[in-house]
Amino acid sequence: MAQLFDCRDAFANALVNLARTDCRIVTVVNDSIGSSKVANFGKEFPGRLVNVGIAEQNMVGIAAGLANGGKLPFVCAASCFLTGRALEQIKVDLAYSNANVKLCGMSSGLAYGELGPTHHSIEDLAWTRAIANMTVVVPADPIETEQAIYAAARFKGPMFLRISRMPVPIIHPADYQFEIGRAACLREGNDITLIANGTVVVRALEAAALLTERGVHARVLNMATVRPIDRDAIVEAATQTNGIVTLEEHTIYGGLGSAVAEVVVTTHPVPMRILGIPGVFAPTGSAPWLLDHFGLTPIAIRDAALELIEARQTA
Amino acid sequence: MVNDPRELGVRANAIRHRNLIMLNRAGLGHTGGDLSAADILTTLYFSILNIDPKAPAKPDRDRFILSKGHCAGVLYTTLAEAGFIPLNELDTFMQPLSRLNGHPNRNKVPGVETNTGALGHGLPVAIGAALAAKLDDAVWRTFVLTGDGELQEGSNWEAAMAAAHYKLDNLVLIIDRNRLQQGDATERTMHLEPLGDKWRAFGWSVQEVDGHDHALLLNTFRNVPFEPGKPSCVIAHTHKGQGVSFMRDRAEWHHRVPSKDELTVALDELGENGHGSTL
Repeated sequence: MAQLFDCRDAFANALVNLARTDCRIVTVVNDSIGSSKVANFGKEFPGRLVNVGIAEQNMVGIAAGLANGGKLPFVCAASCFLTGRALEQIKVDLAYSNANVKLCGMSSGLAYGELGPTHHSIEDLAWTRAIANMTVVVPADPIETEQAIYAAARFKGPMFLRISRMPVPIIHPADYQFEIGRAACLREGNDITLIANGTVVVRALEAAALLTERGVHARVLNMATVRPIDRDAIVEAATQTNGIVTLEEHTIYGGLGSAVAEVVVTTHPVPMRILGIPGVFAPTGSAPWLLDHFGLTPIAIRDAALELIEARQTA
Repeated sequence: MVNDPRELGVRANAIRHRNLIMLNRAGLGHTGGDLSAADILTTLYFSILNIDPKAPAKPDRDRFILSKGHCAGVLYTTLAEAGFIPLNELDTFMQPLSRLNGHPNRNKVPGVETNTGALGHGLPVAIGAALAAKLDDAVWRTFVLTGDGELQEGSNWEAAMAAAHYKLDNLVLIIDRNRLQQGDATERTMHLEPLGDKWRAFGWSVQEVDGHDHALLLNTFRNVPFEPGKPSCVIAHTHKGQGVSFMRDRAEWHHRVPSKDELTVALDELGENGHGSTL
């Protein structure tokens, strides 16, 4: 069993490293110092850790104002409250104003599984990617998380980064270079393509390994940037592999699968399967249990791919 | 910088004059709120704010944030009078592809600090700006104008707590207290009083002024912060539709615009080029 990591640690270290050389960086939190793991940031830069209390609308507005005053704010809060409670502030104060603010949706997806749907953040990608000017990034492991934070600091404009607390293995090489808007091909194959991001990329890789046992060579794309999405990689996958299965720790309405499908149907239509949370409020249970419950097991992903291939052959 | 309150009065009336012509031409806009805020904006832009139309984004500028974004009209007219945008561009207000949207846009219009239009957004953004100045020990200040009805949005009260918590004495909130909102009187819709006590209870230093008295406004704005370590709140008592008798204190002029005939009467009341109003 591979060693598992909490991406928040990579996030917090990257933020401290950045802040040491870039005095514009401030961190804005909503009483979420512990859950965002920014205590060390606060120790090293006490004045630059702005805790607004439990007030997400104000938090995002303040971040926009800090950017107006020349700062580079990273806003860290549980993704469910950051995106849901402050969605209009994200639209008006950040995106429409093109404010240079990075939103870090912590403990996203089903990470707070046992706490129930109030704390599940399975709509955040749909909400943020629907807003003009927004860049939306979902790192898959600690290496990509660190890279994404560095890229966010270099990027000028509003960005939403989805940072999980669910333990994940390392899937990228140490010298991996994340690029906004560019998918990473983690496995070559021409029979079918699996596209995933975030915590379920590892499940896509495991499903691909199972598919080889059936003689199916699956391409695996890590689509870390949901917006702007890597159209070229999607068109290439559709053209060369003739079928796509997407998987995401998010509702199937408006997330990664939808974003991929929008490209596929307007460029090179091929059969697709979109795996994720099927438009329901999830029951209670741990995040891994819930992912299994909603059919995101390697076996279920494999079977979805096989079913797609079979349907393609009989069509 | 204009130091003579009478000259400010003349300029404010000129702004009202241009504003009404602009609204009539566009057939759209928020007449009542534009007129109620005209004296406040005139005083800020010509006597108080450290701003430069030739360098609208200079880092040490004072920030003015129009939270009541539906009154973009009076902001554009003031920005034009102050030299940020050409005067003749006011003719394009709300026309297709004009940068003068019905609500202000910072990426299009020099001098606009943040996009507004949805209510209850300006004060949190202003707090962020004031906080940035504090972090840099910079001397520039942030002024934000909200409507009074707008204070019914809860985000303002989150912000009210934060401004006092961070001791933002470089932040000035001006409330355009015209006591009317879109549908009715504020106090009949969702009452706000005792408004000054609410801000005091949240830790602000509060002064109430006649929002149409340029000498008082000048004196008030020149004396911020009212108390060291506290954000300043100016409750400016105003009249919706100020300057035109048949618009004054009438809720229906929230977003009604003058017809040609009404414009003629209104401009007549304001006097030649807006130099003669007594209201």
